[in-house]
Amino acid sequence: MTDGTTSRLSLTLDSALPSVDTVEQNAVEFAERAGFDADTAANIAMVAREAAANAVIHGNKYDPQRHVSAHFEASSDSVLIRIADEGTGFDSSNIPDPLAPENLLRSSGRGVFLMRAFMDEVHFRQLSPGTEITLIKRRNG
Amino acid sequence: MAMKFKTRQVDGVTILDLSGRITLGEGSVTLRDAVQDAVSKGEKKILLNLANVDYIDSSGIGELVSAFTSVKNTGGELKLLQLTKKVHDLLQITKLYTVFDVYDDEASAISSYKA
Repeated sequence: MTDGTTSRLSLTLDSALPSVDTVEQNAVEFAERAGFDADTAANIAMVAREAAANAVIHGNKYDPQRHVSAHFEASSDSVLIRIADEGTGFDSSNIPDPLAPENLLRSSGRGVFLMRAFMDEVHFRQLSPGTEITLIKRRNG
Repeated sequence: MAMKFKTRQVDGVTILDLSGRITLGEGSVTLRDAVQDAVSKGEKKILLNLANVDYIDSSGIGELVSAFTSVKNTGGELKLLQLTKKVHDLLQITKLYTVFDVYDDEASAISSYKA
């Protein structure tokens, strides 16, 4: 992706765990297409996986009537991944800090933290119904 | 690659040699079952060899924490051996590196249970 064009893909996925793998595979492909090295691409794919898992498990609660939307964009200097569910939504400002001593030994609650750690931008948007999360990583970010 | 494991005993320590991915779904469940199996047999000294675990997600991290807690609650100790860079970095970022007792070589890990 050094010619200034942008590559895009949009998918509608079932609310099932194989969709999480589909998102991961496409995320790594688009990250590499944007020019990220293998390690960074793997981290991007991992957090895309977290977003997809949240959509399937917490957003849609595995409801077969609900779907997960996944959108990928690779340009010459960045990758964008957008995941949306059709659930009841959640308050992204009210996520417990997984680094707080009282939360360190919790078995869950690190997904959004990892997204913020590995991506340059993480945005949440409430849909009706659902939640959309946008992950952006720039090569010079 | 889905997670696989082999179990061996060295000087009274149960070593689980894990390989593959510890991720949401099968990998996390396999790890949970492996540790619970050891705990149910009364094993108190459990060492997870992560040398061949090349990928872990937040679900896998959560499963490591759950394993640590469940072994501790039975009076045992769960320690980690030979982290790959990826797993090491994730445990650092999540501040769990200080929670787990981590070793680079097996002999040192085995001796630590005698201390």
